Formats: sequence, structure tokens, C-alpha cells
Amino acid sequence: MGVGLSDAICCFLVLKMARKLLLENDHIEGIRYYDTYRKNGGYRAAEKALKMTPEEIVEEVKKSGLRGRGGAGFPTGLKWSFLAKPDGVPRHLVCNADESEPGTFKDRYLMEFHPHLFIEGLLISSFALGSNTTYVYIRGEYAWIPDILEQAIAEAKNNGWLGKNILGTGFDCEIYVHRGAGAYICGEETALIESLEGKRGNPRMKPPFPAVQGVWMRPTVVNNVETLAAVVPIINIGGEEYAKIGVGRSTGTKLLSVCGNVNKPGVYEIDMTCSVEEFIYSDEYCGGIANGRKLKACIPGGSSVPILPANLLLKTAKGETRYMNYESLNDGGFITGSMMGSGGFIVLDDNQCVVRHTMTLARFYNHESCGQCSPCREGTGWMYKILKNIETGKGKMSDIDLLWDIQRKIDGNTICPLGEAAAWPVAAAIRHFRDEFEWHVTNPEESQNRNFGLAHYADPIHVPAGA
Amino acid sequence: MSETPNFKVTIDNVSIEVPAGTTILNAARQIGGDITPPAMCYYSKLKNSGGKCRTCLVEVSKGSEKDPRPMPKLMASCRTTVMDGMEVKNITSERVLEARKGVVEFLLLNHPLDCPVCDQAGECDLQNLSYEHGTEGTRYEFKRRTFEKEDIGPYISLHMNRCIMCFRCVYVADQLTDTREHGILERGDHAQISTMLGKALEHDYIGNVIDVCPVGALTDKTFRFKNRVWFTKPLDAHRDCPTCSGKARLWMRGDEVFRVTARKDKWGEVEEWICNDCRFHKKDAKDWVVEGPSIIPRSSVIAQGHYAGNVGTTPSPILIDKVIGKEPKFTLEIHNISDVNKPEIDLSKIEGPAHSDDFNKK
Repeated sequence: MGVGLSDAICCFLVLKMARKLLLENDHIEGIRYYDTYRKNGGYRAAEKALKMTPEEIVEEVKKSGLRGRGGAGFPTGLKWSFLAKPDGVPRHLVCNADESEPGTFKDRYLMEFHPHLFIEGLLISSFALGSNTTYVYIRGEYAWIPDILEQAIAEAKNNGWLGKNILGTGFDCEIYVHRGAGAYICGEETALIESLEGKRGNPRMKPPFPAVQGVWMRPTVVNNVETLAAVVPIINIGGEEYAKIGVGRSTGTKLLSVCGNVNKPGVYEIDMTCSVEEFIYSDEYCGGIANGRKLKACIPGGSSVPILPANLLLKTAKGETRYMNYESLNDGGFITGSMMGSGGFIVLDDNQCVVRHTMTLARFYNHESCGQCSPCREGTGWMYKILKNIETGKGKMSDIDLLWDIQRKIDGNTICPLGEAAAWPVAAAIRHFRDEFEWHVTNPEESQNRNFGLAHYADPIHVPAGA
Repeated sequence: MSETPNFKVTIDNVSIEVPAGTTILNAARQIGGDITPPAMCYYSKLKNSGGKCRTCLVEVSKGSEKDPRPMPKLMASCRTTVMDGMEVKNITSERVLEARKGVVEFLLLNHPLDCPVCDQAGECDLQNLSYEHGTEGTRYEFKRRTFEKEDIGPYISLHMNRCIMCFRCVYVADQLTDTREHGILERGDHAQISTMLGKALEHDYIGNVIDVCPVGALTDKTFRFKNRVWFTKPLDAHRDCPTCSGKARLWMRGDEVFRVTARKDKWGEVEEWICNDCRFHKKDAKDWVVEGPSIIPRSSVIAQGHYAGNVGTTPSPILIDKVIGKEPKFTLEIHNISDVNKPEIDLSKIEGPAHSDDFNKK
């Protein structure tokens, strides 16, 4: 039982599709190495960018409409323009490669197989932001990737892309890879900064924001791996051209890491125009639900975003088709929608138990809470214990309302978003799967031997006329 | 230098002008009264403290004159600075009261509630907070979290089970001492205060962690189990100390000095840090020049049995003896009713914590 959250078992099947920017050269053998990457158009964007002014690059990124790929989806160009530029104070770009959200493993794929694309993105962004010392804070569990990155950094340096006076522009840049020590919380940008400074990875109080006081109290931009890699195609094809891909405010392409009960788990690049149904069932992507089972539920954007039952996943509450992009996934807000998040697409078939799944996530957030603020430190453990009781047949009906009340008192009252990340999955599971929780309470013995099954979770939703 | 502009902020419909850079909490403290949010982790004398306990959450219903949008989330008032024209709701906001009740419940979730045997009882911020903002009873049905006992030296007793993780003692150790040997180990609900590693806390000023601790997690070993705080009388006193200012507060019963602490202001914050020597070794009334009774808020349990007047001299007549026609009792005569506190056992003279052996001595 349980969904295959472990990214280690996912095979990487990346197939040809509509438009690819990041994984365009994925099929080329040896693209990991400098020579092959360069021969296939690598560092072309860097050459172009280093002839531009930093302001022009920021403008180009703004025009592209690129949104942060780490989960929050904040416009990158806007974030860059917030960076304070006091005289005589160094600025830093820090790449958040602490990809620890259960179900998310897209950055790992980029860093492992396309390190030069990533480094080129880092170089261009560093130049645009004026960061002479750039850090990559990488998840400690990705133990083998720092070697890959450092090898690629050395190659780039030998070929004049890093170091002093790059391409004669007078711009110096060094990239350092820093390994985390195994804490989910260090993916929160201020905790990451604390950890990078060598301190305990506790999130900081905001304000001040990193753009004003980040690493060593210097202005800092923290961006996700995929975000920085996406800067390369933006410079190559131009911001306006990039913005034409996708729909509305969901521009460009997005990497999704799929795991769970699908035929073809792996990392896929989509251009945000395909529907959720197409994404799950087409052979181009997930290839349908594994073992001929039925779709029950899905967490579309990494473990902390709300879980959706099959009927609300494929169609919005208004009965419209749901698409794989920021707006459509969010349609209906938290009542009937979810979020694009980090792109960790977790699929559950009708043989999965939502209660057990929610308990697993609650245990994770309990384990990963930093312990700094009261609601998260105490509340996450409480939720886990109650969920464990319900799952093992010891729950009470009142526990469900109690869970709801606890998550409500954590949500929004914590220092960092981990509180919300812990509260949302519990809230959404109760909101959409309350009958399954109640069934566990009223059938304590039966629930230990079989799962609740699909029930009505895939039934078409009644859309009131005029809605 | 340009002058700091004054910002107008309205908290629970009361307006005040404060210099830019003031936090909402400090602005509220200037207004005073019920609208001051409670604070369990913020300590004005400790840099970077605050923001952690979440008891001081308030609703910012208007961001500022320039940007009147309300802030979507409740804000920690101790770490949010005021803006000109800001409007804040504390006790007038249902959301705030609800959230605060939640925070109190979270803080008490794993707290042992061993007040009857806790030396902090009577001057415990968590007791006061629970009394004002908590609910009776708990909805928590699980075993409470416990920690293994750690000995952190001869003077300070660490009782981790009671800790609410306010981080104040960590900031004291970090900002007052040059040898940092005290910090947080582990994370989440298993995070704990500890020394690095298994070392005693020995710095001259480290005793101040006892005073900043809002609960009974860090208590004075030389006072341990010797008296309830409300049986002792706080007196402000000073001595000529080569290390610190020597301005302290003595907690006396009769002529005995049971405990020495720093003086605290009306927000329960230390006025001046005192050294270990004053705190732990000067337990004789002759060591001190008594200035007079400390001012204790009437609402405090310590105020019971504590009368303002000069110690050592005849107390000035107070109204009550005219009313009831007899002398009021100066302190509660505990020896008359208690089998535990035997008058022949001089508790304040015992080195280190009191022990059952001391009472069973023949």
C-alpha cells in the first residue's frame, strides 16, 4: 500500500511532444558533458546575454512571463527587479536545489542529465543580477549530484565561462555547490540562507526579505533550478517568443515529475496547454493508470498542495475541462481546485487509501518541522497521531472535526509556509474524502483488511444550471 | 541626522504616534492595558527575539495610509513594524482571539502541567497566558512528550519537558556571553535546549537564562524546592559588585534571603542583567543594601502577603488595621500549618537544592 513516493524507483521516460525547451536535447548521448552540449548549441544564450546589459536581460525575463518553478509561481522577472542594489555591497544569486517535496524530482533530472544547461542559466542570471559569487544549495540526499555539477563547473571554467573576466566583459563569477544535511525545511528560502551561512536551518522572520537582506545580510535572489534553467531558452528565443508558449499567465514549458499508479512515471516537459485527462491517459505522457485500475485521486503539484478526487481533477466544479497550467489547476480555489505547485504529480488509483496517504504526509511534515514556532511544532505531531488512530481503526467521529480545527489553527499562523504545507493536505483530504475517514471510524475492523475503494469519487459532478 | 518621523497607528480603536521602526507590540505596550498582546518569546532586551510563539498575533486591518490593503495573514506584532496610518485589531478581532486560543492550546499540548511541584509557579508566563486566553480542559489524548533529564551544572536546573521553545535563553547565551555553549538540538517536536555537549553552563552571566525563561524550564538550583514564590517577599536591593551593576531583587522571608533575581519591569523583562555571584552566592541579607519593597502588580499572586513598606523597620500604618481594628499579618504563618516547612530547618542556608533528606533529618 501507499503511493510510490520514492523518486528513486521512477524510471525516466521522456518522450517527444509538442514543444520542448529544457529537454530539447534530452535524446543526445553525452549532453551531460561540455563538448557535446556546446556542439549542440550550448552556451549560445550566454554569449548572447553577455553582450546585453543586465537590465535588458531582466526585461527579457519579465517579458517572458516566467513564473517561479519551485512551487509558489511568483513572476521571476518581478522578483529580480525587487533586488536591492546598495553601493559597495555584494549581491548573491542562490539556487534552491533542495528539492525535497515528496513527489517532486524534476530538478534532480535537470541537474543530473543537463548540468550545463543549468550552469548556463546560473551564469546568465548571475550576470543579470550582478552576483559574482553564486551558490547552489543542493539537497543532501542527492549525494552524487554535487560531483556531476562540480565536474560541469570545472569544464565551464576551463572553457572560460566562469572565473575572472568572462568573455572579456569584465564580469567575474564563481559558482559553489553547497550540500544540505537532510532537512526539508531548508528548501524554504530563508532557512536555506541560514543553513548556507552555517547555522541551524530555521526560517527567518520576514520582512526583511532576502531581496534586501539575504545571505550574510546582503541582497539575495533565491530561485529554483528549473526557473534558472528556463532563462537559457528565454534568452535564446527571446522573452516575447517564450511568452507565446502556453496560455494566459502560464507561459513557457514546465517540467512535471509523475509518480504513483501510472503506467509511465517519470519527468515530462509540457507546454501547459494539455488537459489533465490527456496528461494522465495519453501514451505521450503517463500512459494511463497502471494495472488496469481506475483513477481515484491525484495531488497535482507536490505533496503539500490539496489532493483532488478524480471527478474534480479532470473537470472543474463548473464542468469545464481542467488543464495542466497554473490557472486551470487553481480553478475553484481550495474548495474545488488545487495548485500547480512544484509539479510533483502524484496519482492514486482506486486501491489506495486516502486516510493512510494523508497520515503518511502528516508524518512527513511532523518529522520535518523545524520546531521554531508553536503551531507547527505541536500541531503537526498532533495531526499525525490522530490520523494514525483513524487509520488503525482507533479513531472517533469527533477526531475528524478535531483534525479540521487543528489544521485551521496552523494554517496562516506560522512563520514559514511549512505550516500551510502541513495543513493543506489534511484539509483537502477531509474536504473531499470525508466519507472515507468516516468509514474508517465506523468500520474499524473492515478498514484494516480492505480499502474504501473508488466509491463515488469519479462520478460526474452535478453542475447547477447557470453556474 | 534626520529625525525619525512619527507614525500614527491605531490599535483596537486607540490611536498613538510612535517613531518609525517601532513594532506593533511596543506601540501597544505604550498604550497599555488589555490591548497589549501577550508575548511569550519576544524580549525587548534580546536582539532578534520574538516571532516564534505566535501568541502576539494580531490582525492588520489596514496596512498603511499609502497602501490601505489589509494584510491577509495574522501578523506577529512583536516583529511587525508600524506604518503610518496602520490599523490593527487585537482583542477586537475574533480571528485573533481564535488563533490565540489555538496557540495556547498548542503550547500546553505537551506541557506537563506540573505546576504544583514547579518552582516557576506563581510567576509563570504560561500560567498567566493560559488563565487569560486558554480553555479549561484539553482535546489532546496522547502521551505527552518527555525528554531525558540533562544536568547543566550546579546552579541551573533544566527541565526540558516544560520548555515552550521561546529561544530566549539561546539569545542570552549568544548575546551576553562570549562562550556559546548552549543551543537547540534536534528539530520539530523533539527540538530541545541543550549544552554543547553535556557541558555545564559556567559563564559569569549565564544565570540570566533563569530570569528570561517564561516557564519553569530553567530554574535556580539554589532555590529549588525551598519555597513558593508567593510566600517570599520581593525587595529591591543593591550591593557593590565588581562584575555587574549589583542591582538585584531579593526574595525574602523574614530575614532570610531565599533567592536573588534581576529586577523586572512591568512587562516581566529584566531591567539590568546580574552576575552569577550576586544571584547564587549572596544569600545573606548582610550582603545587600535593601532599598525597599519591589513594585508588584496587584493582579500577581506574588502580591498576596506582600505589603509595601520598609523592611527592617516598623511597617507604616495602613488603612486596613483601622478598618478591622487589628494588625495585619505580615506574611502567612506557613510554619503553623505545614508539616513540611519545619522552622528548625533553615532552608535558605542549604547549599544547592533542598532535598527530602533535609526534612527527614532527626
